[in-house]
Amino acid sequence: MNRRGNTLFVNAALVIGAAVTLYPLLWMLSASFMSNGEATTFPPHLIPHAATLDQYRQLFIRLNLGRAFLSSTIIAVVTTLVSLLFNSMAGYAFARLRFGGRERLFRLLLAALVIPGQVAMLPLFLLMKNLHLVNTYWGAILPALASVFGIFLIRQFMLSIPQDLLEAARIDGASELKIYWSVVMPLARPILATLAIYTFMTTWNDFMWPLIVLNDQRRYTLPVALASLVGEHALDIELMMAGSVVTVLPVLLLFLALQRHYIAGLTAGGIKG
Amino acid sequence: MKALRAESRAAGLFLAPALVILLVFFLLPVVAGFALSLTDFDLYSLGDIHNVRFVALHNYAAILRSEIFWTALGNTLYFSLVGGPLTVAVSLGAALLVNAKAACLKPLFRTIYFAPVVTTLVAVSVVFRFFYHPRFGALNRALGAIGLPQIDWLGDPRWAMPAIILLAVWKNFGYNMIIFIAGLQAIPDELYEASRIDGAGAWRQFRHITLPMLGPTFLFVGIVTAIGYLQLFAEPYVMTYGGPLNKTLSAVMLMYKEGFRWWRMGYAAAVAFLLCLVILLATAVQLRFQDKPERS
Repeated sequence: MNRRGNTLFVNAALVIGAAVTLYPLLWMLSASFMSNGEATTFPPHLIPHAATLDQYRQLFIRLNLGRAFLSSTIIAVVTTLVSLLFNSMAGYAFARLRFGGRERLFRLLLAALVIPGQVAMLPLFLLMKNLHLVNTYWGAILPALASVFGIFLIRQFMLSIPQDLLEAARIDGASELKIYWSVVMPLARPILATLAIYTFMTTWNDFMWPLIVLNDQRRYTLPVALASLVGEHALDIELMMAGSVVTVLPVLLLFLALQRHYIAGLTAGGIKG
Repeated sequence: MKALRAESRAAGLFLAPALVILLVFFLLPVVAGFALSLTDFDLYSLGDIHNVRFVALHNYAAILRSEIFWTALGNTLYFSLVGGPLTVAVSLGAALLVNAKAACLKPLFRTIYFAPVVTTLVAVSVVFRFFYHPRFGALNRALGAIGLPQIDWLGDPRWAMPAIILLAVWKNFGYNMIIFIAGLQAIPDELYEASRIDGAGAWRQFRHITLPMLGPTFLFVGIVTAIGYLQLFAEPYVMTYGGPLNKTLSAVMLMYKEGFRWWRMGYAAAVAFLLCLVILLATAVQLRFQDKPERS
């Protein structure tokens, strides 16, 4: 009896927790298919009376959110691909190449993790201004092309690649570049997948730096465009929900499709640290 | 010997791209940020760099004397000291539930609880803004349904920050939960079995096995949460823009407004460094706690 009660309690709590967690997302989705004003009518309801794509049409045709979608995609894809290359190269060097001062340099990088990014933002903006990169995609992309966290994650994983394997390849006369590309990278695929998903999501969701460096509407990323829409369309609830769906859905779907890689990799990085 | 030299040369090449990026776009700006905080860099300096003057610690002195800074710092600490522990507690609760032997459909619940973590903060802030709407929001309707008084969540100076904390807990508990689940699974079953033979109940097992064994996990989760929460920005930017009556103005938001709205960049850089100091302090305090685990 006691055990049955316990099972009931645990599962009931799980279901209630899941309902509370999902409610804001479900409400966002349902309100986005409502016509103007329906989300505020009484009684409140989760299923639209007559589902419509009006809000999405308005977003993409009149408010040009498609352009923000494109900006977000370009910035996130380029950042993910290039940073994956740079971080994996550095992570590999820290894990498996012997050079003087390796541990000290690595510790120095780790120490930089506690410095909040905002400390760098003011001079970074002035730097970008001097390089004429304000209001360009490069202004948003360049600072994210390497990250201490990414290097750390890759290094921890690559420590498990046996040194003998690399020595064997060297004796066979393979160049260091070839060893990295054809021996190490294929072995590192799981952690590369994790880091790729993580970087894409972080970049896609990033707000403060794009807000600072992209102040021309035509270059806005989705979060920046959405934040500026709130000001003008504060009362168009259904429209704002559609904008939120457009912003959230790509990363949410990506997560659902690839969550196995994502969650496993994150805990590995977190715990071993 | 020659092989080793070739290896270090290769290491240099492999490290170069990442290190150059980190150096040029992070470490140098941090150093430059400190230099900037010692100047009166403002809108006029933005036009002509010759207008910049060295003012030593004047910005810091001005900030420490200004009411708005202490308001912003107080709000940030309120958010972190209430929101942080609350998030960690909810995360641990969720982890215990998902990890419980009696739980069904574990992967499904884990996925659901983690979903808010991957959502876009700006977008869910927009959603919660309407969630908190005094007349149409779901929260007040729920309160009204059970006969509780209505609250103007984002308009009432007393409730705006709790409302933002609630959003932060919802958004972030899933991440810590994953870390806690990994920590829970690393606790050997024998410990629980041995204590069961000794007649320990569920609560005593939790108190004397689970909590102590999760020590390192708590440290990691605590530090990561504190560092993240002290940088509060997007939620108040979207939901309240720091209001009402500056009750949700965070330190980062103060920096943003001073630096990028009024272009008082020297002053803003000093705010950023003071916040950085608070974050370092918060990290050091937690590391210190971990050094002296309580014995029981």
